[in-house]
Amino acid sequence: MTMKRTLCFTMVLIGLTVLAAAPVLAAGSQEPKNKDLILSTTTSTVDSGLLDVLIPVFEKKTGYRVKTISVGTGQALAMGERGEADVLLTHAPAAEKKLVDSGAVVNYQLVMHNDFVITGPPDDPAGVKGKSSVDAFKAIAAKEAIFVSRGDDSGTHKKELSIWKKAEIEPSGAKWYQESGQGMGATLLMASEKQGYTLTDRATYLAQKANIKQEILSEGDKGLLNIYHVMEVNAEKFPKVNAAGSKAFVEFMVAPETQKMIGEFGKNKFGQSLFFPDAGKQL
Amino acid sequence: MNVLFEGLIEALRLLVTLDRDVINITLRTIQVSGTATLISVLIGIPIGTTLALTRFFGRGFTVSLVNFGMGLPPVVVGLATWLCLTRYGPLGFFGILYSPTAMIIAQTIIATPIVAGFSLAAVQSVNPKLRLQILALGATRPQYLVLLLWEARLGILASIIAGFGGVISEVGASMMVGGNVRGYTRVLTTATVLEVSKGRFELATALSIILLFLTFCIVAGLSYLQQRRRQP
Repeated sequence: MTMKRTLCFTMVLIGLTVLAAAPVLAAGSQEPKNKDLILSTTTSTVDSGLLDVLIPVFEKKTGYRVKTISVGTGQALAMGERGEADVLLTHAPAAEKKLVDSGAVVNYQLVMHNDFVITGPPDDPAGVKGKSSVDAFKAIAAKEAIFVSRGDDSGTHKKELSIWKKAEIEPSGAKWYQESGQGMGATLLMASEKQGYTLTDRATYLAQKANIKQEILSEGDKGLLNIYHVMEVNAEKFPKVNAAGSKAFVEFMVAPETQKMIGEFGKNKFGQSLFFPDAGKQL
Repeated sequence: MNVLFEGLIEALRLLVTLDRDVINITLRTIQVSGTATLISVLIGIPIGTTLALTRFFGRGFTVSLVNFGMGLPPVVVGLATWLCLTRYGPLGFFGILYSPTAMIIAQTIIATPIVAGFSLAAVQSVNPKLRLQILALGATRPQYLVLLLWEARLGILASIIAGFGGVISEVGASMMVGGNVRGYTRVLTTATVLEVSKGRFELATALSIILLFLTFCIVAGLSYLQQRRRQP
């Protein structure tokens, strides 16, 4: 009787130990403690399909589950500023610098670039073809041709506003200046439907190209560079931030293998790279 | 037209080949909207019935509040839920923002007033003489309620259909509190929005067709329950 009872007890004990240890054993030492990682990023990295390629690789390598929240850069940075995201991937260097200076983000790293282009209807009523960005905007305003703006405080919108400023034109409120308030893909569709002009990043343009009647009319000007940075939200300032996870993601984005994938992305489908890897370079 | 047709072909292809992403998104849609509807039924029908059968001070105001809630814009619910659930918001310590749970909460808030409002109307429109008759036949309180709800079953099922229809079709709240995370909080409506911004119209159309088909199947099932002949 006692023998039996002891045996029973031992069995139960062993059973419990195995149960308790199972998750640890199965997961191995690689499994991170806090698995969820909130990545706040711009629509272009998602709409172009780049993150669909990169995120699964990162998740497989590190065991994190990335919650990619694709919003305009303005909202992405605002989320970082409030500690609501763990890691940011955005493209508005001037606005990002404010966060770096205020200490809201750390480990600010250059990832890649591509460029903005001015697209418009193939018949180009305002005659902007081949002009520099500032001159192109001046021509659009002079002709009062329809211009579809993102109007959502995104990185592209910020860039667009900076060009209007350089052109010394105040377009907001004008009838030909329309704000879509939507992501880049949707804005390009609107511009195409309205036969208007817009400013877009090259990656989203190429991804949308088959569906729209828009041509690249102005490109290559130095002011049209589109630069992406990745940064950790400061865990010292916001204790709820997943510090280990965001560090791992920044390291992943600038790692040589990832940089190679970024450079290769889109070559098969579009015959050209959508993003150019830049990690470690000086601007 | 072409896109619609290609979308239909694509939808069939995705369904026949059991595309993993699409199956995942569809199951997530059923899970989130189904759970939200279930919870809102469990809360909404008692509220509606109570409001229909009782008289108390402030009842009129409560009824208009419920009816107002029937038209709650999903985006507003989404924003309010988002603000509450953010890390540094009042309910941030749960850490459930950008999860299916958060979506279920938001959708429950959207569906509950709809279910409550419709069941209130359904119970109230049962012939008052019938109520008296049931009581006169000596029914106990629970028996009375069961018989009354049975008499109001057409309207009650309509309330469930309306609640379900309200949440499976909404995109604003799901996008905001779910974040449209691939393989986790992506549902048919948010996936459709994303595929449009990616310029993949065939896939977006296919997802819409699957959404319509799914909604039809579930609503058809409920309608069958609603319309079948009363069993003796």
